[in-house]
Amino acid sequence: MPKKLYNEPSPLETRVLSARFGLENSERLDTYLAHDGFKAFHKAREMKPEQIIEEVKTSALRGRGGAGFPTGLKWSFVPRSSPKPKYIIVNADESEPGTCKDRLLMEYDPHQLIEGILIGGLAVDSHKGYIYIRGEYRYLIEHMDRAIAEAYAQGYLGKNILGTGFDFDLYTHSGAGAYECGEETALLDSIEGKRGIPRMKPPFPAVAGAWASPTLLNNVETFSAIPAIIRDGGAAFAALGTPKNGGTRLLCVSGHVNKPGVYEVPLGYPMMKFINEIAGGIPGGKKLKAVVPGGSSCPILKADECDIAMDYDSLAKIGSMLGSGGMVVLDETTDMVKFALRIMRFYAHESCGWCIPCREGTTWLRKILQRFDDGGGRAEDVGLLGELSKNMLGRTFCALGDAAAMPTISIVEKFADDFEKRLARDRQMVAV
Amino acid sequence: MTFSPQLEEKFAKMLTIYPEGRQRSAIVPMLIYAQDEVGSITPELIDEVARRCGVPPLQVDEVVGYYSMLHRKPMGKYHVQVCTNISCLLVGGMELYEHACKKLGIGHKQVTADGQISLEEVECMGACSWAPAVEINYDFYHHVTPEKLDQLIDGLRKAH
Repeated sequence: MPKKLYNEPSPLETRVLSARFGLENSERLDTYLAHDGFKAFHKAREMKPEQIIEEVKTSALRGRGGAGFPTGLKWSFVPRSSPKPKYIIVNADESEPGTCKDRLLMEYDPHQLIEGILIGGLAVDSHKGYIYIRGEYRYLIEHMDRAIAEAYAQGYLGKNILGTGFDFDLYTHSGAGAYECGEETALLDSIEGKRGIPRMKPPFPAVAGAWASPTLLNNVETFSAIPAIIRDGGAAFAALGTPKNGGTRLLCVSGHVNKPGVYEVPLGYPMMKFINEIAGGIPGGKKLKAVVPGGSSCPILKADECDIAMDYDSLAKIGSMLGSGGMVVLDETTDMVKFALRIMRFYAHESCGWCIPCREGTTWLRKILQRFDDGGGRAEDVGLLGELSKNMLGRTFCALGDAAAMPTISIVEKFADDFEKRLARDRQMVAV
Repeated sequence: MTFSPQLEEKFAKMLTIYPEGRQRSAIVPMLIYAQDEVGSITPELIDEVARRCGVPPLQVDEVVGYYSMLHRKPMGKYHVQVCTNISCLLVGGMELYEHACKKLGIGHKQVTADGQISLEEVECMGACSWAPAVEINYDFYHHVTPEKLDQLIDGLRKAH
């Protein structure tokens, strides 16, 4: 029986990474092998490491974890000739609010991820990898362990893989609940058995990452895109998207839409077409109010900003980000004060406390927003929220401070009316 | 302190997968798996994990305080986690959490008098497109309504 998917696919999708989703026993190695599996690995075996990296550069693949850094460039930073062991770490700590795609990539197609990791191993001369999976995804840790065991049993992992002389060992590693560990250097501290505190950069993980060794660290979706890139060529993958924004990506849409779900579309796909046709539009004929384009840390877009192509550069041009692919759609009834408060409760909870502007800033912002929502808002609060947030920007080791500040700045600037209306209502209540 | 044979086997392997001399890397996974069996992170467990990973207990202790899934006090046999983060918030996650508080008569990180069920308002757990979401121990439930949550909780009560 075909596997039941979490949501129905849409005919408007371009399914490259999700091509095998829904196949019977899609998680099994024999299914993967029967549907193009490991063709890319064999091809990569015949290529020089520099050629593999060049192909990834040509694909214009950019990191799918949130930052959107060019993947080929990141791979080229790992010093192949270093006498130290090199490690591959897969970031499966998916925890940016709105994001739920890596779950499906691991659940439906674990061997695609494994093949991508192996090709990364060939490219940077690494023989050991770890998949850092958030603790809440226990069933996926067990699921990946089964897929890894299957790959070992059939000679796709371990010593002398498929008689090629290439060795690679792969393990899962469980997190235990910490958003901050999705930040790559905090993840490295976590995998070393410490509190997940971000590290000063440089040195970058490519040079001194896990256990002070060169480390190739990418998101699940980034590694999952590698087999298609090597199999069909970087140029073919790049051609699916827009210049400098290669390929397709999985978008997770949630909130006020008729068909929330995870859908794969080319980079540059029009946002409104995505919301209206793939995600089924807004329920109850309500109007669009705002869109969080790629996870809660992205500056929010007003409805009139949403007529836009979804690629990294187009979003950057209007001051937002494509982020991790977690799109949250808000209809006209959404209370932006409550929305901003919930975002800040999250960041205040998740701030690791290492940098004072983030630790104190998120806490103060949460308190002001809570007071405002409780009916104790003051006229100067809107300005204060914006000012406090701006003072956090760029003043922390990692991006969590910015991640908390950016949506707040955008909400208080673009939806000042919502705050004003609340103030007016509170004043009336006092008068009565 | 010893664990079940299955967990002992898992831990023995775990200590071999990290580079030589880097066995403290096993601390976080070891703590969370051990917590599942012991019920909470006890001082005795901290000592044991420290011994196995070759670090002073204090270095394990400071790690415990950082990770939100590690609990120093026992949670219920069934730990009900309700997400109220943005995707869930927009489709009734907060009302669902409030409903759970009323239904169970407990609040955030509290345990029912019989020790069977505990409740936690949690941050995003990666079920946004199938919100509102609840995780009971490690099982995900999607599109949860108050009625569905009642059935789930009643089912847990019957199970013991």
